Amino acid sequence: MTTLPDRTERKLGLVIDLDTCVGCHACVVSCKGWNTQNYGAPLSDQDPYGADPSGTFLNRVHSYEVQPEAGAAQLVHFPKSCLHCDNAPCVTVCPTGASYKRREDGIVLVNEDACIGCGLCAWACPYGAREMDMAAKVMKKCTLCVDRIYNDNLPEVDRVPACVRTCPSNARHFGDLSDPDSDVSQLVAARGGMDLMPEQGTAPVNKYLPPRPKDRLDQTGDIDVLAPFLAPVTDQPKGFLGWLDKALDRL
Amino acid sequence: MHPAPSIIAFTTLSGLGFGLMVWLGIGMPGSTGIVAFVFFAIAYALAGGGLIASAFHLGHPERGLLAFTQWRSSWLSREAICAVATLAVMAAYAIGRVFLATDWVPLGWLGAALALGTVFTTSMIYAQMKTVPRWRSPLTPALFLCLSLGGGALLAGQVSWALILLPLAGILQLAWWWQGDRAFAASGTTMASATGLGGIGSVRAFEPPHTGPNYLLREMVHVVGRKHAVKLRAIAFVFGYVLPVALLLLPFAHVFGLLAVISHVAGILASRWLFFAEAEHVVGLYYGKR
Repeated sequence: MTTLPDRTERKLGLVIDLDTCVGCHACVVSCKGWNTQNYGAPLSDQDPYGADPSGTFLNRVHSYEVQPEAGAAQLVHFPKSCLHCDNAPCVTVCPTGASYKRREDGIVLVNEDACIGCGLCAWACPYGAREMDMAAKVMKKCTLCVDRIYNDNLPEVDRVPACVRTCPSNARHFGDLSDPDSDVSQLVAARGGMDLMPEQGTAPVNKYLPPRPKDRLDQTGDIDVLAPFLAPVTDQPKGFLGWLDKALDRL
Repeated sequence: MHPAPSIIAFTTLSGLGFGLMVWLGIGMPGSTGIVAFVFFAIAYALAGGGLIASAFHLGHPERGLLAFTQWRSSWLSREAICAVATLAVMAAYAIGRVFLATDWVPLGWLGAALALGTVFTTSMIYAQMKTVPRWRSPLTPALFLCLSLGGGALLAGQVSWALILLPLAGILQLAWWWQGDRAFAASGTTMASATGLGGIGSVRAFEPPHTGPNYLLREMVHVVGRKHAVKLRAIAFVFGYVLPVALLLLPFAHVFGLLAVISHVAGILASRWLFFAEAEHVVGLYYGKR
């Protein structure tokens, strides 16, 4: 049924820290690996070793340059996957009932056996979270690794989405965002977690933690305590270069 | 948005076909026998042909029956139901007109209402998309309905109605272009809101997540061909609206009627191509594109 549940018992989702993400793309690779070998149709590639490679990914990392009014520009790496919106527009447009949002945990999933591959859900998503698989001809999206997080065959430490498990800089956190006492909710409260495109009215569950203010080395006077020891010992070239310098000066 | 030929053909041809069905359903013209057969055959060829063209857009058309189940929430599902119901009701009505020379008036009006409903549901598939500000306007269903009725009147030989509806559709088309050119800015979605980084400074896409193309860029960030948008708008307006009206104003001759139909279809195909090619999806902002 593609009508949305009136409420969900939990809101499982991700909190992504834009301050600590180093843009290594490990989450992209681990996501592709896990989701190619497990739940649903594999994430195919087209012409992977040819001149025009392309493929299906559920998680991608953009990089942005942010230029403040004064001071140095800042580079922000920006992982983006399904935000498992409370008011998911991708679900309600689905004509077949293949797209659905689960009442028990809020995860947005696609029943690939019912997907006709019309692509309308990808049009409805403002975040580009859904990609049609060109081999299976069905819509693929982040499942929040639904086949890991409830999987009793895995050690408990592995029962988180593959992207969270693999992140070397701890920039991705997984938990229940409906519980104000959960680690992720506290992180969102402490760091001012934000919604992407709030004006679209999607009410995303996933939150993004903004980058912390950068040190301003150009404006702090006390940063160079070692500077006297680092002063150049000589600023006059010697030997051949010294001769060349003097010779050129005389010209 | 990617201007898929199957979708452009579907929305243009089936819009005309369902428009013709509206006029046939309300008995304008109320012809019977072989003349009615030709009218209904044209309407079915256009509406049915359009539906078949749209099926080529699907990844799994063999699961198409499921598309009739989600009418509670999905405009696409509602469109599928309306389209099939129209074709079924109008088929029964056509039997009366073609073979029995009788006019089952209530059935005809029901068919006409369903045909209008089909065009409306088609237009709402686009008008509901908050992600494509150019489409999200009440002008979108207004334009689709007026075009369908005007083109249908042209095919049905209802010259006086066509002379009212086609100029009206032309005005709606101009209004739709005018508001569409301002819609993205008015939507308030920017790179700053997309990334949430606007509070720090001005945001610029530094490096995309992938070096090649992907589904999102191919489907939603189609920027090729917008270069000729102004010329194509002129072509669409002249062929789709001005020329057909001028031909209808000439002393009546069947060849002028045929030329008016051909010109109208060519113009509307150009306009529909622009409808997709010019539509900017907000996901392009993540790539620093429109």
